[in-house]
Amino acid sequence: MGREVSESCIDSLLIEMVSTYCNRFYANKPELAARRIEAIGYQVGHQLSERYTMERPRFSDHLEAIKFICKDFWSELFKKQIDNLKTNHRGTFVLQDNRFRWLTRMSIDQSPENGASEEPSIMADEKAVESMHLYFPCGIIRGALSNLGIPCAVSADISNLPACSFVIRIKA
Amino acid sequence: MPPAAPRSGDAIFASVERVNAELFTLTYGAIVRQLLTDLEEVEEVNKQLDQMGYNIGIRLIDEFLAKSNVSRCVDFKETAEMIAKVGFKMFLGVTASVMNWDADGTCCSIVLEDNPLVDFVELPDTCQGLYYCNILSGVIRGALEMVAMKTEVTWIRDMLRGDDAYELQVKLLKQVPEEYPYKDDE
Repeated sequence: MGREVSESCIDSLLIEMVSTYCNRFYANKPELAARRIEAIGYQVGHQLSERYTMERPRFSDHLEAIKFICKDFWSELFKKQIDNLKTNHRGTFVLQDNRFRWLTRMSIDQSPENGASEEPSIMADEKAVESMHLYFPCGIIRGALSNLGIPCAVSADISNLPACSFVIRIKA
Repeated sequence: MPPAAPRSGDAIFASVERVNAELFTLTYGAIVRQLLTDLEEVEEVNKQLDQMGYNIGIRLIDEFLAKSNVSRCVDFKETAEMIAKVGFKMFLGVTASVMNWDADGTCCSIVLEDNPLVDFVELPDTCQGLYYCNILSGVIRGALEMVAMKTEVTWIRDMLRGDDAYELQVKLLKQVPEEYPYKDDE
């Protein structure tokens, strides 16, 4: 087992990173905040996938690489695998995590009593906050796949909370 | 009921949910890198990292108090020991030591020899002046402010700058008397 830190460390860091970009740097430009958060995720995904595939043979096709993301990669990050994988066999993959950790933990940390802090008011629309938080894992997935030679676009769907689906569209 | 005894940092760390430190370390690194790109000035990055730490500290103190069972520290000396032995351990899984006390017991150093924030990190020459771990000083300052202690936290030694350890000087500026929202005789 490698080195570990308490889960609060990563949770606090992510909440603060999103809040810094959304509320302090780009309060009126959510699309710019989103791009930065995604870029941070991309970099993390790229580096993690480099580390986790060092001793593996190359993946023979896209599906093999996506399966690696669903199983090994997700387990390293969340101690569980993706629960459901669907594909249209034309370059679109939908990865569903039935209980996405970063969303279930988030609502706890943003309890009303934290409103007393000196931050500018947290975005009123809770959905908007959640979707801002999702740019980070979307970036991680895109970075990981891009490191495996697969350029793609990744978006998230949270219409069935606490389940979260990540939609990967591989660029032809 | 007698108050429960304070728990050791090791016991708490063993009982909390933990994650792969690589994810944490690389995420922090990616944030620092993005801040350097967006803010350009190293000084400004130091300031933002400290601010982020402060915001985290004012929230993390609640979890620290809830999980550690520590009762009120009698003095600043005990507070510093608590941060080093329990705080660092329960969150980052490492122990720090307290040293270099001044004569009146209001200024000391917290020294870290092992620091998960800097695994895999090497600073390029363009980052001279960057306090890479500045988030840590902000966390300590924020957390202590929530327990009524105004402090100033500065880096004395930094391994990324060639020193042999990480040393944070914590200076107690002012102990703010706690104000209750009600009067004693009511």
